[in-house]
Amino acid sequence: MYRYDEFDQTFVRQRVAQFRDQVARRLSGDLSEEEFKPLRLMNGLYLQLHAYMLRVAIPYGTFCSRQMRQLADISRHYDRGYGHFTTRQNIQFNWVKLDEVPDILAALAEVEMHAIQTSGNCIRNVTADPFAGAAADEIEDARIWCEIIRQWSTLHPEFSFLPRKFKISVNGAIEDRAALRVHDIGLQLKQNDTGEIGFEVMVGGGQGRTPMIAKSIRSFLPKEELLSYLESILRVYNLLGRRDNKYKARIKILVHDLGAETLANMVEREWQQLREGYVNLPDSELARIACYFAPPDLEDAAETDNGLDRARRANGQFESWLEHNVNAHKQPGYAIVTISLKPEGGVPGDIDADQMEVVADLAQRFSHDELRATYQQNLVLPHVRKRDLHVVWRLLAAHGLSTANHGLISDIIACPGMDYCSLATARSIPVAQSISQRFNDLTRQKNIGDLRLNISGCINACGHHHVGHIGILGLEKNGAENYQITLGGRSDRSAAIGEIIGPAFSAEKIADAVETVIDTYLDLRQPGERFVDAYARLGRGPFKERLYATH
Amino acid sequence: MKLEIVSANRLTDGRVVYLSHGGRWSEKIVDGRTARNDKESAALLTEAEASVAKCLVIDPYLLTISDETGAFTAMRLRERIRQFGPKVNQTLDQSV
Ligand code: SF4
Repeated sequence: MYRYDEFDQTFVRQRVAQFRDQVARRLSGDLSEEEFKPLRLMNGLYLQLHAYMLRVAIPYGTFCSRQMRQLADISRHYDRGYGHFTTRQNIQFNWVKLDEVPDILAALAEVEMHAIQTSGNCIRNVTADPFAGAAADEIEDARIWCEIIRQWSTLHPEFSFLPRKFKISVNGAIEDRAALRVHDIGLQLKQNDTGEIGFEVMVGGGQGRTPMIAKSIRSFLPKEELLSYLESILRVYNLLGRRDNKYKARIKILVHDLGAETLANMVEREWQQLREGYVNLPDSELARIACYFAPPDLEDAAETDNGLDRARRANGQFESWLEHNVNAHKQPGYAIVTISLKPEGGVPGDIDADQMEVVADLAQRFSHDELRATYQQNLVLPHVRKRDLHVVWRLLAAHGLSTANHGLISDIIACPGMDYCSLATARSIPVAQSISQRFNDLTRQKNIGDLRLNISGCINACGHHHVGHIGILGLEKNGAENYQITLGGRSDRSAAIGEIIGPAFSAEKIADAVETVIDTYLDLRQPGERFVDAYARLGRGPFKERLYATH
Repeated sequence: MKLEIVSANRLTDGRVVYLSHGGRWSEKIVDGRTARNDKESAALLTEAEASVAKCLVIDPYLLTISDETGAFTAMRLRERIRQFGPKVNQTLDQSV
């Protein structure tokens, strides 16, 4: 993974010192809240319903055991002994104190972490495929390009005050595991007819109150020209994006208003001017950054089974976990392990300090010291020898981390909702908990099969409800929580925005309603047909009929 | 009876507080000073603004509570959640 050079280290330390001074001035009254707020947000510090919340960046979701241990320490010393992994591959601490935040940032800087670019109208932490560098279907490691984008975008003077926040996602594999099509810019690495590797560039995706799927504006961009092309998109957006209405300020509105073709032409024109004389990343710098992401030293002869098959046959729980939480690695003899942070009745994405340490130990002992955070609020050990899978599973199981539900109905994405978030219109967490309890039987979950159930506590859609196969949006109606269901959303290569199925359900009825949707699917599916495919075939009709006949 | 009290977040730790007697702020809603009419509400808010200037709290505002059950309860769900904290991850120092 990327390691800070002297420049990075100095820069991050200076930021900590600056913020320490800003906090002192706020506490002494030299700065008003109005003056201080933009400064704290630039350092990831929000004020939520009950306390300050610090959002720490995990660049493109990649981190290591030392960093995880430090996060555990921070959660114990400065928070309540837990952290919350978000849908942006970040981690949040929900109970920090203002005067201690500079110390937390200093502790983060010790392990090459910070909270920059987790707020404000800048280019935010870049999203990546959490299996990058390990996936069997990989074309090229997306993280090299994420890091290049991170270095280019961090405090970029031209793009620090954009009309709105700006999110870029990079995927280097065949399967889209980075939700490219719901980002402001989605970059898909691909190979062209001559074998050259470059990017397909998609623009204008997003969720929130106006959900849109990104449009492809360039089918192939040579990768060495990435930064000049990104800069051209950002320039067009910076110039034309609306600043008068924050609900219309994202680039998706511009793409919608101008049309993708017009926008593509404008970007191309800007690019033709800009690329002349643009200093592309020198090959030596590219090679230097790529070096940080060189594959770990994996054993060629790791294929040996060492009792894996016997353990699988002997233990049904282990077998289920292998089936759902273990994915193919590009290197024979290795596997990718997803650690579910969705135990039955738990809070999606939450992990306590002891568990963080367990995960850190496992990463160090069994995964070449690498860890990933996923936008689905789980963690990943990317490089585990198959013959170590059983011991990894046993250690996870001993600490409540072996839930075998990755990709199943209880692997719920849920934003913090009104339990924490000051913008929320309803709670998300209790809904996630009740659905996870309702479907606690793993056999039943397996029978339902691949399903993404996503919950947001308001229309900002941090819980990705628009692209859940089943999406739930929490709203307030006459002082009570109400939950609207959308069906058929997806964030993969065939991304689609879910359709609202009808009037919303009360908090007491929402789990029943989900069950009705599932029962309808089970009754009507064809053999082997996934929920999302059955919905595409059947449409809204049968689901609507059943939902509103029984409720 | 419907009453109004002033709530805010404390500057140092962001905690939910209610304007109490003598310009003090309390984490307990039961300590909150109540206003029964617009004039009293406006006076409470003015007093709260003085605490903003003294760097004690952020963004004070009025909220409606009821005392019908014998205890102060916020009328809006959001305020009840602020009052009682999230259902999960609650510790004793946070509950009312
Ligand atoms: S979706 Fe709404 S409630 Fe949920 S975290 Fe985002 S802003 Fe908060």
